[in-house]
Amino acid sequence: MLIITCPWCGQRDQSEFTAHGEAHVARPEHPEQLTESQWGDYVFFRSNPKGVHHERWVHTHGCRRWFNVVRDTVTDHIFATYRPGERKPEIKG
Amino acid sequence: MKEIETTSPACARTGIAGENSLSELPWCGKINLRGNPQNTGFLRKSEKALVVKLPLHPNTCIDYLDRTTYWLGPDEWCIHCPIGEVGNAISQAGQALGRIHHSLVDVSDYYTVLRLEGPDAEALLAKACPLDLHPRKFCEGTCAQTRFGHASILLHRTGRVSGFNIQVRWSFAEYVWDYLASGMQVL
Repeated sequence: MLIITCPWCGQRDQSEFTAHGEAHVARPEHPEQLTESQWGDYVFFRSNPKGVHHERWVHTHGCRRWFNVVRDTVTDHIFATYRPGERKPEIKG
Repeated sequence: MKEIETTSPACARTGIAGENSLSELPWCGKINLRGNPQNTGFLRKSEKALVVKLPLHPNTCIDYLDRTTYWLGPDEWCIHCPIGEVGNAISQAGQALGRIHHSLVDVSDYYTVLRLEGPDAEALLAKACPLDLHPRKFCEGTCAQTRFGHASILLHRTGRVSGFNIQVRWSFAEYVWDYLASGMQVL
């Protein structure tokens, strides 16, 4: 079980949170100009790294706010959590 | 129009085991308020119209006169007030806030508040709540949104006796009640 630091509520048990995949996936500005394969790429394909991963979590049973987590997908070590709109922290993985 | 249901599934139940007791607090008014606290106009006008102090720090609540305001999020609060005052409070605050971006919702019949008291209150809650409930960490007056089993709850340590107020969604009240009551049997 992980202890995750919600940027608002502080340290809480993992069971209060829900993970929602990779963070910083920007929606294309002009979807209508994309080819089907480019759109498919945006909708379905993620980087799926082994190591440092920036991902979106939501504090479901707490303040119900979305935020970002930098987690190592191998060790589950959490390097940092930060609010939406904040600068992506530099992590060497 | 369908009449508003004023009794929750936990109504009229009492649970006493040894020195511990579980009950439902009398129905009170609950208002969900949202808005940007960085906007001083919003802060000033909503506090004045609702006669409350809005807590700006996470996991805190403020009692002011007959109303208690809980921090729910960086832009969200829950205000407990006497049930007869909800309608007026919402319409007055709505008028005062006018075009300032905000949301005011009457959630009185969406939640109910259970009261758990006794020397084993912490142990009972710890059966299904992941929070550190030791008074050193979760002292008198602290509140937090967390979970109890599968139910989201708003937990508030308050009162003269060691005890907690547990605000839970109406439809989860029976679940939380039964979970706590069965826990009391096997203490």
